[in-house]
Amino acid sequence: MTHANTKVAALDAEGLSLKSVSLWQITWRRLFRRRSAVVGLFILLLLVIIAITAQWIAPYDPTLSMLDAVPPQHIKPRAMPCVHIFGCPEDQPQHILGVDANVRDEFSRLLYGSRISLWIGFATVTFAIVIGTVLGAVGGYFGGWLDNTIMRVMDVLLAFPSLLLAIAIVTVLGPGLTNALLAIGIVSIPAYARVVRASVLSVREMDYVSATRALGGSNLQILFRRILPNALTPLIVQGTLGIATAILDAAALSFLGLGAQPPMPEWGKMLADERNQVFTAPHLVFLPGLAIMLTVLAFNLIGDGLRDALDPRLAHVS
Amino acid sequence: MMIQYITRRVLAAIPVLFGILFVTFALARLIPGDPCRAILGEKATEAICDRFIREKGLDKPILTQFGIYVSDIARGNFGDSIRYSLPVTRLLAERLPTTVELSFAALFVSMLIGIPLGVVSAVRHNSWADVVTMVWANIGVSMPVFWLGLMLAYVFSLLLKDTPFWLPPSGRVSPGVPDDPFFEVWKLTLPESGFIFSVCQFISRLNILNALLTANWELLKDSIKHLILPAIALGTIPMALIARMARSAMLEVLGQDYIRTARAKGLTRYVVITKHAFRNSLLPLVTVIGLSLGGLLGGAVLTETIFGLSGVGRTLYDAITARDYGIVQAFTVVIAVFFVLLNLIVDISYAYLDPRIRLT
Repeated sequence: MTHANTKVAALDAEGLSLKSVSLWQITWRRLFRRRSAVVGLFILLLLVIIAITAQWIAPYDPTLSMLDAVPPQHIKPRAMPCVHIFGCPEDQPQHILGVDANVRDEFSRLLYGSRISLWIGFATVTFAIVIGTVLGAVGGYFGGWLDNTIMRVMDVLLAFPSLLLAIAIVTVLGPGLTNALLAIGIVSIPAYARVVRASVLSVREMDYVSATRALGGSNLQILFRRILPNALTPLIVQGTLGIATAILDAAALSFLGLGAQPPMPEWGKMLADERNQVFTAPHLVFLPGLAIMLTVLAFNLIGDGLRDALDPRLAHVS
Repeated sequence: MMIQYITRRVLAAIPVLFGILFVTFALARLIPGDPCRAILGEKATEAICDRFIREKGLDKPILTQFGIYVSDIARGNFGDSIRYSLPVTRLLAERLPTTVELSFAALFVSMLIGIPLGVVSAVRHNSWADVVTMVWANIGVSMPVFWLGLMLAYVFSLLLKDTPFWLPPSGRVSPGVPDDPFFEVWKLTLPESGFIFSVCQFISRLNILNALLTANWELLKDSIKHLILPAIALGTIPMALIARMARSAMLEVLGQDYIRTARAKGLTRYVVITKHAFRNSLLPLVTVIGLSLGGLLGGAVLTETIFGLSGVGRTLYDAITARDYGIVQAFTVVIAVFFVLLNLIVDISYAYLDPRIRLT
């Protein structure tokens, strides 16, 4: 102990200070060392900026239909992009990515769509993590019949292909974005419950937990202050990858007409509305799909990066 | 030991199966709307509805209804579809082959491409081939199936029109291509209905198998052409997952001492990779492949919608939106049971591949 202290003192004397480095700082640094994770973070940052500033950077109202505008303002539904500097007549309104079937500006709709997608991702995963954590923690900590019941229910939920179960749940609840989110949230609960339960089981019998109990700590205190922090790392990884799946599933539900309803500028719905026009107006199908893919890609890249960065077995790499 | 392990796994699956039956039963009951008026139409009078509800046993206590439902299913009676006025089992025998063919084609494509890609990028770790494969795999897992399907249709059916690479955007066979079922070609005399008849019907609707059985090369070529785009669309996500898993499993194995030993005793690189390394990396691969098959069933709804295929996924989706309880209950049960069986097979093959698992 004294030896270490003298060493620190010596380092201080040389003008080098030994700062304590938290787990998060280490993780953050390791994350930044992975090229793919940096790409993911960059895309996410861009999306967040677009989502926040959509109301200022979007040239049009995303739900405004210009179907009844008089010439020369009038343009045909599903018109191709019109950009003034690329030779589009000056007297026509500029639509840099064209317009959709209801003559709404595609570019503005795409920008606003980022808000919905990010909201979908975070809302469903937060919901699933909260419920999954409670179920997994209670089951793992108390064990016995309670644990058995909870985990069998989770097994049953996992026995259905997730998208099909989500479709069935939305049908019961009625179509709409909120219900779609709820359905995807419910479907993804088991994954989090399992992760938390595994973490709880791995530390439940540790000496420091027994020590807290001996000192008179309540069950809740032990669970939340001593046990659950151990589940944080796997939860973060699972959650980030879960956001990607949630966005993909929500887009699929919207594509099937069970999620976002018109005129909401949701990417999956935008794509679905124009899917029969893929041969005549391919840009209206291509662009929303590309937006979905990039968003999902960002979360997948960050999730993978986090998994490696938080893996203590790879500690020597840092 | 192995038999004991299998028995234990099968027994553990039973409560899950009951749970599945209960969930499908409950979901079908929870679908909003009055079942009588959903089936007989809005104009059905009270008296007609009362009779209908009594006949279908919907006035009995909910637990009794569940009991009747379970015992019916145990006897293979899945009830009738309201929309098609047909036994659901007949519909299932009609629609399932499309989905089975599509799923297996997708899995075939994903394994055929995913495994070699993963192995190569592990063997040539950090090379450009590795980087390209991993970038591609990351994009692959992030791909919305429905978008990929539409884009493939756009490229191969429109842009490549009038080239040899043209592929059809929808359907299973072109009109006019003969697709006589094998039992007719073989002049078999079959019973009019019953189990054997259903099985033969089922097999004859697997176009590729039927084409091979009847040596119908025109049908074979045409079916494969129709299958390529949907199989790629549906197979891309599993392909990416398989490539990633193959890579990480191979990387882990290649770092082991016994690989160095094998190389040191003079075996060629090729033998070491195929015989020593690849075999040991199979274990995690089996899990990913098994679990992907389940995901394929979900993706099948989207793929079948885009490519105009009337398979299980599409039929189930239509049934849900049309409140066709019979189909919803039966198809979900069949899919979920299939999924449970699949997990069982994965677990068992895991135990077969790795003896250590049997003991725990």
